Amino acid sequence: MDAILIQILNGLDKGGAYALIALGLTLTFGTLGVVNFAHGAIFMLGAFCAVLFQNILTFSKKVKDESITFFDAYKEQPYLEIWWGDTGSAIIDYAVPLSILFAIPVMLLIGVIMERGLIKHFYKREHADQILVTFGLAIVIQEIIRHFFGANPIPTPPPDVVAGSAAIGTFLGLNDNLVYPWWRLIYLAFSAIIIFSVFAFLKFTTFGMVVRAGMADRETVGLLGINVQRRFTIVFGIATVVAGLAGVMYAPILPPDYHMGMDFLVLSFVVVVVGGMGSLGGAVAAGFLLGVLQSFASMNEVKAILPGIDQIIIYLVAVIILLVRPRGLMGREGVMDD
Amino acid sequence: MTNFLKSNGVVMLIFATVVLTAPIWLAPIGASYPDLLQKFAIFGIFAIGFNILFGLTGYLSFGHATFLGVGSYTAVWAFKLLSMNVIPAILLGTAMSGVFALAIGYLSLQRSGIYFSILTLAFAQMSYSLAYSVLTPITNGETGLQLSQQDPRIIDGLFGVPVEAGLPSTHLFNISMSGLSGFYFCAVILIIAFYVSLKIFRSPFGLKLRAIKSNQTRMKYTGFNTRPYLLSSFVISGMYAGLAGSLMAVTDPLAGAERMQWTASGEVVLMTILGGAGTLVGPLLGATLIKYFENIFSALNLSELHKIFDGLPDTLENIVVAIINPFVGEGWHLMLGALFMIIVIFLPGGIMEGVSRAFKWIKRILGFDKKQPVVTSNVTPKGEEK
Repeated sequence: MDAILIQILNGLDKGGAYALIALGLTLTFGTLGVVNFAHGAIFMLGAFCAVLFQNILTFSKKVKDESITFFDAYKEQPYLEIWWGDTGSAIIDYAVPLSILFAIPVMLLIGVIMERGLIKHFYKREHADQILVTFGLAIVIQEIIRHFFGANPIPTPPPDVVAGSAAIGTFLGLNDNLVYPWWRLIYLAFSAIIIFSVFAFLKFTTFGMVVRAGMADRETVGLLGINVQRRFTIVFGIATVVAGLAGVMYAPILPPDYHMGMDFLVLSFVVVVVGGMGSLGGAVAAGFLLGVLQSFASMNEVKAILPGIDQIIIYLVAVIILLVRPRGLMGREGVMDD
Repeated sequence: MTNFLKSNGVVMLIFATVVLTAPIWLAPIGASYPDLLQKFAIFGIFAIGFNILFGLTGYLSFGHATFLGVGSYTAVWAFKLLSMNVIPAILLGTAMSGVFALAIGYLSLQRSGIYFSILTLAFAQMSYSLAYSVLTPITNGETGLQLSQQDPRIIDGLFGVPVEAGLPSTHLFNISMSGLSGFYFCAVILIIAFYVSLKIFRSPFGLKLRAIKSNQTRMKYTGFNTRPYLLSSFVISGMYAGLAGSLMAVTDPLAGAERMQWTASGEVVLMTILGGAGTLVGPLLGATLIKYFENIFSALNLSELHKIFDGLPDTLENIVVAIINPFVGEGWHLMLGALFMIIVIFLPGGIMEGVSRAFKWIKRILGFDKKQPVVTSNVTPKGEEK
């Protein structure tokens, strides 16, 4: 029971990341009809927003270390600490959550620039061309990041308060040894909040209504005198922000390095396809589902029966679903039906 | 006259001459050493094969590196178990990847468009992960599969080939496969591979593949079952990849799982579209260019850049070097990605389209632009009657 619970939780936080990336992917696909292979790179850029913000906050100056009196010792002290003392160090401690505020405008800007500068020209081109050009873009983004931040993973710790583990076993009245890192719980809650807000936005606002109408029948919405295109550009921006935030919050779980985007991209694409191209609910469901499946497959008991299953389970599920249910779990008729 | 120039025999003659004299005419640009020449030929075969699938049918596979890897592993196993002669290795490598291509292709081709791409990608990732983890007894995991002195080599044993001290090297009936002779061997295979691809391009079979690309629905309505054609083109291109993979093992008897990674699949896609997907020589051209520039640019570093731009005034030199530096050495991939984007955005037909545009432009300038009947396809009606 405990083991199963822990595996489900393990899967859910990874699934949260998959779901957030896949949500953005399928949103761009449903609205703009563009297959965006650079979406994983955007996730990675989000994580590096956290790194950059942390670097800015900890911008330091060499000061004399007063605690050592035998000789002149120097240590790096962040300006924030020098100026604001304890408040400053508290801010540095909360670098990752605070960088969300920093990441939202940055990612929105990146998204809009990307859409206006590149994606716009590819609406009418074949899907193969879209895949290729965004694949190229992903390589470029990735290499630029490597140029500035190096090839090694950069640790970005969560705030001290939530660095430990939550005793969920005690809380649920199960085994006391059942603990789970706080930050992963936060990530799970965070992804749930983001997913709900995206859905609420699309469901309950006029803007969202127009976007949904545009996804269903773009031409008619256009004929009604609504500029669908501009709204779709904004949707692309939103998708970028969602992927970026997924990356920001994932930084403490997996220290960001330049190729984390590619690793997640392949999986997220599988998630989108399994969920059904253009189906938002499907993407979210498939994200969590595949995350949990992957974590169950990495249990030792399972691996003993089927060696190597943890490595391939996602792809295996994708292959089976695509062959049995060609439109994915919740794919709509008429979307990418060739 | 043009018809004569475009006949199979003449095309092959020109092609063979160009390929076999490559060590001579590539010498002035510093690309004439055997390792690089072998790479040109091997990746040329890979790209030519990929083109038979992607260029003709328009099905974008993101998993062709799997077959490259399978070919390599099979070839090394052939060296280990059978003989150091390259013939069994190549035959087995090609056949084995054909079997893999048949299985993967049969499943993947149930779907088309982006679903097909994702399916091939999923299979490729599966094979890659398995090669790294569970299949370690076969693939030797991260270390890569290598020759050893204890290998049985049954056929060699039957013919009483003496066991030498140190690792044996690959050979073709005692002609060593390293250095220039290795290149000539690859070149001959490249010429054969090109000939097969030429025949496919100019056959009714090739025409049908192209018809699938332009309008599959219409093909189906005219009564063709397109699946067998797609599957055979998938298997053929998989076998080309396997051939390329086994040639890699021939020139350097070592196989590693990184050959199967999806970035390797991405590379062959890039080669094909850089040269021009769906053209005969385009993919080979793309493969050669990418390998050549990879070789040159990834070797450059800051001090060498300063040496190259020494002639410029100091400030200008520093600026130029600062701009170029991120693109060379470690940053070669940045250049590759940028190139990828530029080609797709501005020249979707690849270099071959650029060349033909340039030709048209020159013709117009020189006033040769006579009104001629438009020939839309290279395949003559004669091909249909055969």
